[in-house]
Amino acid sequence: MLLVTCPWCGEREETEFHCGGEAHIVRPPTPSALSDDEWADYLFMRKNPKGVHLERWRHDAGCGRWFNAARDTVSDRFLAIYKMGEACPDLPGQGGQSGEGEG
Amino acid sequence: MSEQINRLAAGGRIDRTRPLDFSFNGRALQGYQGDTLASALLANDVHLVGRSFKYHRPRGIATAGPEEPSGLVQLGVGARTEPNIRATQVELHEGLSAASQNCWPSVDFDIGALNGLASPLLPSGFYYKTFMWPPAFWNRVYERVIRKAAGLGKAPIEPDPDRYEHRHAHCDVLVVGAGPAGLMAALAAGRSGARVILADQLPELGGCLLDEADEHPLAEWRSDALGELALADEVRLLPRTMAFAYYDHNYLALLERVTDHMSAGAPSHPRQRLWKVRAKQVVLATGAIERPLTFSGNDRPGVMLASAGRTYLNRFGVRPGRKVVLFTTNDSIYATALDLNAAGAEVVVVDARDGPGGALALRAATAGIRRIEGSAVVATKGNKRVRAVDVGRLSAAADRIDGATTSIDCDLVLMSGGWNPTIHLHSQSRGRPIYDPERAMFLPGAPAQNERSASACAGVLPLEDALRSGAEAGCGAAAAAGFEADMPDVPELDRDDEAPARVLWQVPSAKPDVESKRFVDFQNDVTAADIKLALREGYSSVEHVKRYTTTGMGTDQGKTSNVIALGIVSETTGQSIAELGVTTFRPPYTPVTFGALVGQNRGKLFDPVRKTPMHVWHEANGAVFEDVGQWKRPRFYPEPGEDMASAVDREVRATRTSIGMLDASTLGKIDLQGPDVAEFLNRIYTNAWSKLAIGRCRYGLMLGEDGMVFDDGVTARLGENHCLMSTTSGGAARVLAWLEEWLQTEWPDLKVFATSVTEQWATVSLSGPRTRGLVDELVEGVDLDPEAFPHMSVRDAQVGDVAARLFRISFTGEMGYEIQIPADYGLALWERCIELGERYDLTPFGTEAMHVLRAEKGYIITGQDTDGTATPADLGMDWIVSKKKGDFVGKRSLARADMQRDDRKQLVGLLSKDPEALLEEGAQIVADPNQTVPMTMIGHVTSSYRSPELGRTVALAMLKRGRELIGQTVYVPMIDRTLAVTVTETVFIDQEGARLHA
Repeated sequence: MLLVTCPWCGEREETEFHCGGEAHIVRPPTPSALSDDEWADYLFMRKNPKGVHLERWRHDAGCGRWFNAARDTVSDRFLAIYKMGEACPDLPGQGGQSGEGEG
Repeated sequence: MSEQINRLAAGGRIDRTRPLDFSFNGRALQGYQGDTLASALLANDVHLVGRSFKYHRPRGIATAGPEEPSGLVQLGVGARTEPNIRATQVELHEGLSAASQNCWPSVDFDIGALNGLASPLLPSGFYYKTFMWPPAFWNRVYERVIRKAAGLGKAPIEPDPDRYEHRHAHCDVLVVGAGPAGLMAALAAGRSGARVILADQLPELGGCLLDEADEHPLAEWRSDALGELALADEVRLLPRTMAFAYYDHNYLALLERVTDHMSAGAPSHPRQRLWKVRAKQVVLATGAIERPLTFSGNDRPGVMLASAGRTYLNRFGVRPGRKVVLFTTNDSIYATALDLNAAGAEVVVVDARDGPGGALALRAATAGIRRIEGSAVVATKGNKRVRAVDVGRLSAAADRIDGATTSIDCDLVLMSGGWNPTIHLHSQSRGRPIYDPERAMFLPGAPAQNERSASACAGVLPLEDALRSGAEAGCGAAAAAGFEADMPDVPELDRDDEAPARVLWQVPSAKPDVESKRFVDFQNDVTAADIKLALREGYSSVEHVKRYTTTGMGTDQGKTSNVIALGIVSETTGQSIAELGVTTFRPPYTPVTFGALVGQNRGKLFDPVRKTPMHVWHEANGAVFEDVGQWKRPRFYPEPGEDMASAVDREVRATRTSIGMLDASTLGKIDLQGPDVAEFLNRIYTNAWSKLAIGRCRYGLMLGEDGMVFDDGVTARLGENHCLMSTTSGGAARVLAWLEEWLQTEWPDLKVFATSVTEQWATVSLSGPRTRGLVDELVEGVDLDPEAFPHMSVRDAQVGDVAARLFRISFTGEMGYEIQIPADYGLALWERCIELGERYDLTPFGTEAMHVLRAEKGYIITGQDTDGTATPADLGMDWIVSKKKGDFVGKRSLARADMQRDDRKQLVGLLSKDPEALLEEGAQIVADPNQTVPMTMIGHVTSSYRSPELGRTVALAMLKRGRELIGQTVYVPMIDRTLAVTVTETVFIDQEGARLHA
């Protein structure tokens, strides 16, 4: 049972949240310009790292807002929590992780 | 009344003023308050407790704790009976009833013992190589026999009558284990002002201190410590509480046995309580478990762990035998030898090491205890109880016995092969175990969470060091949690120096491996030979050895066997134990009842029930309900003498001929406000919304980004910047989450607020040719002329003096209206409609009739006719996909090559050739009914009903190339027969749609 820190509500149990998978994926501005393969890549392909994963979470059973998190998939430690639309801050022991500003 | 012939006249922590009657295998026995079932049985000299899993060998009590592999009983009777209960963990109470498992007709005379004779045919993994021929025998013979033979005890067949609670707790320091180290840690942390929870599995706190003779120097220290802890405001003591799981982020689960030790329970208490603890810091003071030794016949009743012998003696006042052979590789056994000797037993110590041993060994020699050096117990004799052992000299490499063996008569064998620190919780928390080859034990490595291990579970075994270790851990934990903690005074104890231990994973046997019956995992009947067999067959990783032999997979989870198995693998393959590693530690540490895990979340409390404001009326009028998500919706309203078919028939007819009324309150309603609402709708629906006039409604289809239909509904424009979206009942939450995801994560620039108003408004739906008349009487403020109020419109209206909304909308294909009113008035509105409706033959109808009505018109229900793989075109709804609009969610996917295939499944109607034959929903469709199995399936039936208007059955289906096949015959194989059906259009009645626009 992870302890997740919602940026608005504070520490809450994992069951109050929904994990929305990889963060910082921007919807292509012109989908019609993409090939089927490129479109499938946007729809389905996701990173699956052993280590730091930037992902999005929603506080479903609370404030209902989305936010971003950097989580180590091996230890399940949350290295950073930041708001939707922000870039990932510098992580302890990592140096900066660049995530795109939008999305 | 039997006699407790092994009970000492004095001593132990039992209460001799309170005798207890209990029964074992129907035999009346007596024990005392404070006994466990195991200690009481041993007091009565009952050593034969059960039969082993595979070979049905006689088995007894091997330990005194949760690591017990053999002394398993079926506890209790009736609804409360429980299998596989460790007799060592059962607190004796008046009237307790227990029985042996896995034996028939009795534990003394068990037919299953014949398995023992067949044992060469039943090594590990035998079932992977047998029961395959002839194939027909599997169903008829093998499976039946195996099912009966499998397992140990019997599961209860009645519902659990007890109540279980869950309790959440937060603390600064959780201390697991209340032995000397745990008590010390709790004192240190408690004194700093930290909030402390101290949990221990036993009813009395003190851990190994309870196994010391009464005059132990720490006895007074212990009582003082308990006194202080009991009075400390921020310290919670939890005896009878096992911490069985260590999850993420310092979340631990503890099981408190609240009334298991009471005869009648107490109705005001739950039977057990599951504590869910979130701790800032955890101190593990979980002790260590002694290792058995692997010699031939080490599983016989009367063979136990040495420390267990001491526990029974000092804690329970039971001397389990009179002639005791103690077999050891280390010094810890000598304390037991001395105590047994003082209690009048004849004691012989067989020490695998040469040399005089440490301080306690010398003291034993001084007490006149016979000691045989450099030797081993090679075999035991006896059937249902050990009666003698063979002792022989170990070679230097311990690979054979030098010279002849001597026989020593005995009725109790105590063994100590070393100690395993109890690192299970540490490992569950993802701390890695590290093997120390010098001391032959796994120690906890660096913690992965905010925890620390103290004393024996950290490899610190001597009592004098345990206290200091606990104190340091308690201070460290409190400090890490932000409290200033001072080191408490640590009592000084005399230090007994020890001789180094010998590592002995296997004791050589005179017999060949296969016959030597040197047990490693007692519970699953796994011998040393089995482990070596697995290695010979190529299962070289420890994960494979474990699974192939099943060692460590029983209810004891290998507490006494895992490390020995690793030792044997290491010796046989030449790889070091450190290289081999360990298998994964998983919770629970000991078995946990389902009841405790479920708590109160059962029966009515399993899932919330959602009811509409009209629910009481539905109930009072005989509605049969169905579950739609968490909602209770009336399915049909049977009148006296009606079954579902006849009730639905009547409800459908009434709706098509006069008026039918449905409670539509459960459908999702999402209020959308903001200047960008229309733009937002354009992006998430397939059709165009910018030009929807205020007061008009439009049906919308919602696609996933993959182009597949996932919800639908009607959205109404209430104002310039105000829309009301409706969704399916089951999809409401999912759709709102979908909208929020787009608004928050992708289009934060759009100014739109989305609010769920499903529960704020009740909705009455009226359908049928006579609805206008009724609505006219019911509602004020709306001109109902079809020119002024066409199909798919919405107006503000008044019902009496209540502000409401009137929609002209239909899901049945008949002229239809919906009145939406603030929820508190829902019931009153419904009742008013019933009252006014008398003149119109108004008939309430439920979801079943609704399904029929819409199916006759070919209207889809998402989730029934669609399954996440249907596009609008597949459903014949290409008309709803705007060709002029810009991008919308799902648009790009509709252009994928796979979406253009001509053999996609398409929505069609089906009419069975036999008009009475009802197709089964989900039935597959084939082109050729005579092809061989497995057949080529070309589609499936999605909806199937009897149509009263047509006087025959109708169905909808998703069928490959469906539209091309219209007019042709296909076949639907069902369980008992195959039906021929004609493929048709999806609309069965009123194809022009005239009734809607009347």
